[in-house]
Amino acid sequence: MNIRAQVSSVFHLDKCIGCHTCSIACKNLWTDRKGAEYMWWNNVETKPGTGYPTQWEDQEKYQGGWVKQGEQLQLRIGGRWGTLGKIFHNPSMPTMDDYYEPFTFRYGDLTSAPAGDDQPTARPVSMVTGKPMKIEAGPNWDDDLSGSNIYAANDPGVVKLSAEEQQQLFAIEKMVMFHMPRICNHCLNAGCVASCPSGAIYKRGEDGIVLINQDKCRGWRMCVSACPYKKTYYGWSTGKSEKCILCYPRQEAGEAPACFHSCVGRIRYLGVLLYDADQIESVAQRDDKDLPAAQREMILDPFDPQVIADAKKSGVADQVIEAAQRSPVYKFVKEWGIALPLHPEFRTLPMLFYVPPLLPVMSMNNQGKQKLADDFFATLEEARLPMQYLASLFAGGNEEEVKAVYRKLIAVRIQRRSVTVGDLPAEEVSKACTVAQLDTEAIDAIYRMTTLTRIKERIVVPPMLREQAIEAGMDPEEHKQEMGFGKRISPKRRW
Amino acid sequence: MSWIKDIVDPNSRKWEEFYRNRNQCDKVVRSTHGVNCTGSCSWNVHVKDGIVGWELQATDYPELEPGLPPYEPRGCQRGISFSWYLYSPLRIKYPYLRGVLCDLWRKAKAEHGDPVEAWASIMEDEEARKSYQQARGKGGFRRSSWDEVEEIIAASSIYTIKKYGADRLVGFSPIPAMSMLSFAGGSRFMQLMGGANLSFYDWYCDLPNASPEIWGEQTDVAESADWYNSKYIAVMGSNPGMTRTPDVHFLTEARHNGSKVTVLSPDFSMSSKFADWWLPTHAGQDGAFWMAVNHVILSEFHHKAKTPYFMDYLKRYTDTPFLIELDEKEGVYTAGRMAKAGDLERYSEEENGDFKYLVWDETSQQPRMPLGTLGFRWQEKKGEWNLQMKDGQDGSDIATGLSLLDGNEDILQVAFDDFSDGNTVQRGVPVRYLETAKGRIAVTTVYDLMMAQFGVDRGLEGDYPQNYDADSVYTPAWQEKYTGLDRANVIQFAREWAATAEQTEGKCSIIIGAGINHWYHANLTYRAGIVALMLCGCVGKNGGGLNHYVGQEKLAPAAPWASIMGALDWSKPPRFMNAPSYHYVHTDQWRYERTSDEARINPVSEDSHITGGHTMDHQIRAVRNGWLPFFPQFDRSPIEAVKEAEAAGASNNQEIVDWTVKQLAEKKMKFAVEDPDAPENWPRMWIIWRGNALMSSAKGHEYFLKHYLGTHTNTIAPETAEEFVKDVKWHKEAPQGKLDLVVDINFRMDTSALYSDIVLPTATWYEKDDLNTTDMHSFIHPLQAAVPPCWESKSDWDIFKGLAKKVSQMAETHLPEPVREIVTVPLQHDTPAEMAQPEIKDWINGECEPIPGKTMPGMVVVERDYVNLYKKFISYGPEVRKNGLGAHGLNFPVADFYDELKEMAPTQKWGGEEYPSLEIASQAANVILHLAPETNGEIAYRAFEAEEKKVGLPLTDLAEGSRDVRTTFADLDRQPRRLLNSPIWSGLNTNGRAYSAYCLNVEKLVPWRTLTGRQHFYLDHQGYIAAGEHLPTYKPKPDHSTLQDFLVTEADENSIMLNYLTPHGKWSIHSTYGDNHRMLTLSRGCHPFWLNDQDAEQIGVVDNDWVEVYNDHGVVVTRAVVSSRLPRGISFLYHSPERTIGVPKSPLRNNKRAGGHNSLNRIRLKPNLMLGGYGQFTYAWNYWGPTGANRDTYIMVRKLKGEPNW
Repeated sequence: MNIRAQVSSVFHLDKCIGCHTCSIACKNLWTDRKGAEYMWWNNVETKPGTGYPTQWEDQEKYQGGWVKQGEQLQLRIGGRWGTLGKIFHNPSMPTMDDYYEPFTFRYGDLTSAPAGDDQPTARPVSMVTGKPMKIEAGPNWDDDLSGSNIYAANDPGVVKLSAEEQQQLFAIEKMVMFHMPRICNHCLNAGCVASCPSGAIYKRGEDGIVLINQDKCRGWRMCVSACPYKKTYYGWSTGKSEKCILCYPRQEAGEAPACFHSCVGRIRYLGVLLYDADQIESVAQRDDKDLPAAQREMILDPFDPQVIADAKKSGVADQVIEAAQRSPVYKFVKEWGIALPLHPEFRTLPMLFYVPPLLPVMSMNNQGKQKLADDFFATLEEARLPMQYLASLFAGGNEEEVKAVYRKLIAVRIQRRSVTVGDLPAEEVSKACTVAQLDTEAIDAIYRMTTLTRIKERIVVPPMLREQAIEAGMDPEEHKQEMGFGKRISPKRRW
Repeated sequence: MSWIKDIVDPNSRKWEEFYRNRNQCDKVVRSTHGVNCTGSCSWNVHVKDGIVGWELQATDYPELEPGLPPYEPRGCQRGISFSWYLYSPLRIKYPYLRGVLCDLWRKAKAEHGDPVEAWASIMEDEEARKSYQQARGKGGFRRSSWDEVEEIIAASSIYTIKKYGADRLVGFSPIPAMSMLSFAGGSRFMQLMGGANLSFYDWYCDLPNASPEIWGEQTDVAESADWYNSKYIAVMGSNPGMTRTPDVHFLTEARHNGSKVTVLSPDFSMSSKFADWWLPTHAGQDGAFWMAVNHVILSEFHHKAKTPYFMDYLKRYTDTPFLIELDEKEGVYTAGRMAKAGDLERYSEEENGDFKYLVWDETSQQPRMPLGTLGFRWQEKKGEWNLQMKDGQDGSDIATGLSLLDGNEDILQVAFDDFSDGNTVQRGVPVRYLETAKGRIAVTTVYDLMMAQFGVDRGLEGDYPQNYDADSVYTPAWQEKYTGLDRANVIQFAREWAATAEQTEGKCSIIIGAGINHWYHANLTYRAGIVALMLCGCVGKNGGGLNHYVGQEKLAPAAPWASIMGALDWSKPPRFMNAPSYHYVHTDQWRYERTSDEARINPVSEDSHITGGHTMDHQIRAVRNGWLPFFPQFDRSPIEAVKEAEAAGASNNQEIVDWTVKQLAEKKMKFAVEDPDAPENWPRMWIIWRGNALMSSAKGHEYFLKHYLGTHTNTIAPETAEEFVKDVKWHKEAPQGKLDLVVDINFRMDTSALYSDIVLPTATWYEKDDLNTTDMHSFIHPLQAAVPPCWESKSDWDIFKGLAKKVSQMAETHLPEPVREIVTVPLQHDTPAEMAQPEIKDWINGECEPIPGKTMPGMVVVERDYVNLYKKFISYGPEVRKNGLGAHGLNFPVADFYDELKEMAPTQKWGGEEYPSLEIASQAANVILHLAPETNGEIAYRAFEAEEKKVGLPLTDLAEGSRDVRTTFADLDRQPRRLLNSPIWSGLNTNGRAYSAYCLNVEKLVPWRTLTGRQHFYLDHQGYIAAGEHLPTYKPKPDHSTLQDFLVTEADENSIMLNYLTPHGKWSIHSTYGDNHRMLTLSRGCHPFWLNDQDAEQIGVVDNDWVEVYNDHGVVVTRAVVSSRLPRGISFLYHSPERTIGVPKSPLRNNKRAGGHNSLNRIRLKPNLMLGGYGQFTYAWNYWGPTGANRDTYIMVRKLKGEPNW
């Protein structure tokens, strides 16, 4: 056993309101610089939709993630070291058209315009060329646009559905959408790390945060291709690539990452998971449909004395093990099994998990009659988005994984209705719990975690033990005395 | 896995300091966002190197009771983008002056020396005046200095006061709660001068008139945490998923705790997507849905089941048991006025007997006069204004009957209006006969009238529907025609709703907002929903009630704040006016309206002297009769009026008033509203601060440009009123450019700034101290200066202080002595004037005597001391110490705390007196916090003591536990504070309980401030009866052909006509944030026009095409978003774009710059909302009056021809 600690996350999509506060918290803090304008380390997408960069899920086009080659795993972009051959020509690299041309407005003209015969206006201009432009794309262009025959219909997940399923989707297409925030998944089997010719990308040993060393990055951009989530970005001003750093400076100070802190829908949970790193290679090679379960299996029970002993042996600190025991992510993913990884079939073992969204039934006197559900709450059978669509997002196509989650979410609601109002038939309540395989204790815990938790319970930042990290390089007392003095040196730039 | 590198070694990770350095900052300051957003989120502003870097939410709100989710974090994508503004190129850094005016001024100043004379020389030169008016909005700003612009503003003020009167000065700033001192600074300045301040809540069309109609309350709602207590939530006309960003987690969390959420919305909205049910009702037809829901509830849960909880609730807390007279005319009975106790022999000696009303006592089988009605509120003997069901004469218990169905003396056929069909139906109603002073009268109960109105078949004769499938008004089948919703769903909804309410004793709620409230007949739609709440006992309950969230933004410490804001610490009454009437009249929008169309929109009798005639004439009647205020007041200066009176021999204030009344009665003096286009009646100087009055809130924006500013306009609408108006004087040519000077105080160059003459740079919300509260939560917290005001900006408080100083200096020459003037004031809510006009009688027609404060506006002679204006501004005046504080008809003493302020805080000494200082904003904040019941426990106790005396029931227990609480501004820096219980408000906060409106009324039997003291189903006002709105009803959505949007605009095959809706959007709060780089990047880089995909296809428009959207009022050019998320026939332009950001020119309008969302509408006022002088239908600022409805608008849209021209 080679036990490691990984800071991991859960996004509860049923609670997500698509507000993008997270995106701006991140932008303000990290990517509000020249050359970083288009970097949205955190973005939010409307699903079905084409996402950012557009159609990022289409690996035929972008060649991200891993594929199985017999008994071996290989980056889709090329063999483990084969990426070097693409340094100077990489046709699967997203271009500015796949992102957008950053734009701003000539705001100053409003104040400085000379007297004329008409009202001045601030024209849109390119942040790349400085010239006037027509704005034709953005980082969130298809916001709230499900039902669009341009965007939703070109969602790679929708394209992949059978004709019959697409028909089902588009018969009701007017009424389907949900929001999906995305950050770097800080994968266990990260494509970006594996692809970097400069060896600049690494996982931090103590928390698994994936970072691009800004001193070592040479701007080859293989990480951009290899990441199937398109969560590394090339900085056109600095010539270096950058990505979500899971706000390690904030976590080191015991604070939630900015996007977690600012999540006003309270959908985000963060905590440490313990896992067996020796299993990464074998788990990453399982069949698509088995991947969610296999990934769950490699997450270890932090209360198990054997796991604790092995973790200590592997160098995991006591405080981190305690943090793992308080981890809400462990509960969602492992204990309750209601959070799933995004596109596990990319085989990077992403460590950000999603609780899928519930969607409403609708009523309309529209060419005939459509009646609302007879059940007080909607049932799984009346879900308006094909299960296959959700399964292709969160379960490698395994519908049963997604259905199991929904049975649990519905059971929680029915049981809580029964407790707080008491107007549902007892048989219906007990049947829902049985089918979901949840006892009332678990239901109580799920509802509390979903609704009542304070920020410190939702976001359990492990102690980062900075004095010990510093000690490996210099005396922490000396560090204390010296810190802040002297000139800070920004990373060397290539150009 | 050799390729995955885990690195622990710190030496190879030294570079990690790169990102650590960015994250480190020098200080964190608590502040928030100060205007126009209900969020009231506390933020931590991060400062590094003396520069604001970024903001993140505070998460330290005090906890509520266990079992409720916490309030953290609060703050949305818009708020978190605010730091962009501080150093952006949109920032206003210096004072600016329009170049043409600048040249004129400097020249005149050089010529005349004296600034007032210099200003006069420009004003009296018509060409000069026109030259800078026509330059408005067309660039050419010149950087100026504070000294210069302050001088111009002061000169203009004094010139106006001397020439026309101070009531020609006007100030506007919206919704104070979010930065209450910044608001108060401007209004204090304006009121000390004698200018008028305009309302905002009704102007923004956010005032839900149904709230005053039913509850006598402007608005009171639950804080968002209380949604979690609700077990059945209906969302309509509101998109909390999009617009209530910091609160909506309570809604999603409630669902996971077993609550059901149903959304009524024409589009698949962000809220629809997480609802249990989405009911895609047709736009603006929610009222029909609720009328049918009420039909089912009344049929099943009332008539058949007689649900005990519902029956009991109605008897105690609503007007349902009260007796209504039936009027007979030519054999047809109709519902009339409430039966008066004073008409009965038994109660004929009662004080205020005509304002005490009757119920049927089942024990004595007699009519009885319960406590708590209007007459008890204003009688000499206090302590009988409560909701105990006891007879007001002898204190005996009343066994209230709801219905006369059992034991009636007769069944009469009563006529009910069916506006949906333009018809009346006759239905049998059980009656009793009363012997009264005016003879034998038939009466029935409100409950029986409701049963008949809603068509509940109780076996009585008449035109009752036999079942739900009958196509008869208010059945589930009937509503299908309007809503498009299947009847079965309506029935299922009604059953689930009522069953949940029964099971939980009232935990059903409605979340509602602008999507309903901006329609012309919004008051009816609201009432229809509120009826369902009241019928099921859901008001005044945690988890229940009507939660209206748009524009309200509760200003919690209202009493002391109002004293500073209105300068009431120095003098009363203030000049507060309802903005909808102001702008309707002064921007001449009434000239573009026809009575014939209005009568079809609001189907009322044209023959009735109450309902007939042009809206402008209704407006004039409302002013004459004291129902609504109006400024300017008279056709001459109010200073001149006093002088003339004195010249005519008036020797005291009463004689001055008497003389004025006589002049009006003899028509020697006119109200200014009777001739608004005469130059002496124009508004002259307008100061705008904290808001975007020329664009974002300017309904009929193009008419503002034309008639107020005198600059270019894109309206092509013809004037149509001439043949319809009677009382208003018609000028052949409408004046253009009424305003001499427009001053905008702003931190960003928005449309209002761009079109103003003077732009003053103000501190942003991270650069000043202020106070902030909301109705979305129950805390108070501060704005604070994270950095000093940037560049040459100043806080609003300091800007107005500076203007006050300049006026005082200039007054030493021009107004050296105090002057006296006359101030008119309308009949006021929460005063005995609620008993002024039980009947509508016009003194102008000789129907009654002109009596100020009774049949016409009150008139008060006041003194203005311009030389001491500055000193008064910075001193908290003596009137508060003398008269105490209060609101809503409640008053409590504060003299000892006023004196305490002088001991503990800085003071101002002048004229031999010492006053608490208001010199700097934080001092004013501490005055407010020290004197408000919501933040000072002893004052709260005292306020409840005062309320106890009025009510006669124990209340101080609500304040006992927190008597020692005191709050300072410094405390708020440490942590937001939860508000204390206060009789100014109606919810209860004790021990972390979530605030829900009217719990105080229900639990402590404190009456609502209405005619009966109860919640009203029945609106007993002559005007309401005449308009057919005395009972809850449905009036159809106006047809586009009646709306005068296309008198000259023609359709062609390239365009399509759509209903034009402007809901609140995702990327802005009104116009704020919508122009910043963050929001523009995350949206479309513009404010796009949303339309359905098939509608788009019909005109050849694809997503992101440029489109031209137009009607007679104006034109918008923007890009399209094409989506089947919207149904066919409607379109969205999310409120509210600036015309300053990326707006091309319009080929349709001579290649002039296209406009913003308000370019496509015109104000439309609903006359019965102008009524007044009786019960809850009396005026208070932002409480009563017609609203600026804008949803009933149609546009044409077509693809823009060619490339956009800039």
